[in-house]
Amino acid sequence: MGYRDRLKWYELSGPATDFAVESGLADAEWFRSDIPRPKLRELMARSDYPAIRDTAIWIGVAIVAAAAGVYLWPSWWSAPCFIVYGVLYGSASDSRWHETGHGTAFRTRWIDESVYQIACFCTMRNPTTWRWKHSRHHSDTLIVGRDPEIDVMRPARLAKVTLNLFGIVDGPVQLGLMVVHATGHLTRGEREVVPESERVRVYRADRVWLLIYAATVASAVLWHSWLPVILVGGPRFYGTFMERIYSLTQHAGLGENVLDHRLNSRTVLMNPLNRFIYWNMGYHIEHHMFPMVPYYRLPELHEAVKGDLPAPYPSILAAYREIIPAIVRQLRDPTYFVKRELPPGAAPFRGPVDGLFPSAAVV
Amino acid sequence: MAIWVEVGTDDVPEPGDVVGFRHGDRDYALYRTADGGLFASDGRCTHQQTLLCDGLVMDGFIECPKHNGRFELSTGRAIRAPAIRDLTMYPVKAEGGRVYVDFGDDEPTGP
Repeated sequence: MGYRDRLKWYELSGPATDFAVESGLADAEWFRSDIPRPKLRELMARSDYPAIRDTAIWIGVAIVAAAAGVYLWPSWWSAPCFIVYGVLYGSASDSRWHETGHGTAFRTRWIDESVYQIACFCTMRNPTTWRWKHSRHHSDTLIVGRDPEIDVMRPARLAKVTLNLFGIVDGPVQLGLMVVHATGHLTRGEREVVPESERVRVYRADRVWLLIYAATVASAVLWHSWLPVILVGGPRFYGTFMERIYSLTQHAGLGENVLDHRLNSRTVLMNPLNRFIYWNMGYHIEHHMFPMVPYYRLPELHEAVKGDLPAPYPSILAAYREIIPAIVRQLRDPTYFVKRELPPGAAPFRGPVDGLFPSAAVV
Repeated sequence: MAIWVEVGTDDVPEPGDVVGFRHGDRDYALYRTADGGLFASDGRCTHQQTLLCDGLVMDGFIECPKHNGRFELSTGRAIRAPAIRDLTMYPVKAEGGRVYVDFGDDEPTGP
């Protein structure tokens, strides 16, 4: 498959989209483990406390790190301070965006929405387009032509994946989209997922954001200093590498066009620091099966359903020992993907285990 | 004139929960809020037709289990995207330990 063919295959309004709709892969029923309703209700229950505590730590440490960095600037001793600040701004904001986007992090709606807006700004993700894109990702996870959040295509765009460790491809694209949105337009893919009635929100947010970024750049020019850019917007680039490292473990190298999250998602056990930054999204199969369970209950959910799940990866490193060879192999053989084994007694896979595709000639 | 249809006793939720039931060939949901309020609605989310009986009842709203869209139970109003079309609600009452819903049908057909 050539470069252009590959991009066309993953478009949200192309031949793969038609195939997904015609073959029943779009908006389909997905496998869910059987959990007694009282237990599920308990796991779904919301509380403000865990997320308020974690948000206070997140913002508090970011402020302290930024203040130390500014104080030590322009000494190189400011670098570790800005790395901490950058990871909290550019990487931890991804999981905050995700959880508050689902509305599960906080019980109180206005707090959840406020943190969502902050996290969207940090990640440069328009609050409205990304809410709808992520809804589609949950409806049609790794369904080619339907899922707008497929990070690693088959074969992978290796240069893009690598450069995005520092936002070098996606960052400028997002800045460009801000301009597009601010002028009252959406891309073709965005028009596929964002309803007409919601579009005015897209334009409004990006107009405000452009003003903030314009003020940031103007400050840098006025003060002859990089500091404003290092503090606002810059961390989307220099601090985003941890987000990429975490996020690629979610689905890369696994099955496409399947209807069972055990075939296209990973559960990766992480150390407490990574779990804090990533807000437990390593429990990704569990999250996709039950998106109503807040991040602080995902370890309990894992215990409740683990009899149905493939063995979790014991670390991020263990996940990458599988992901990297799989991606490399897909460069030569795009039909290859990692097949997980279920434990004895687990509910069988739902739907086509090898994925549902048109003839090999089309793919 | 309202025609009240009795809902099966197995279909009455505990406080703070929701159950689904069928009437005719359609899905419906019956909710009991934590303070005892009783509500009935169409059984599927207006966003992508997910069954709401698997969702979460909290603070006077139902949250869809698939995409976390929310509807206000007192009005059916969609209050959180991706739910943007309101949910159809039905009059409901409890009498003598039994629950009745007015589906707006011309004739009662039973649950």
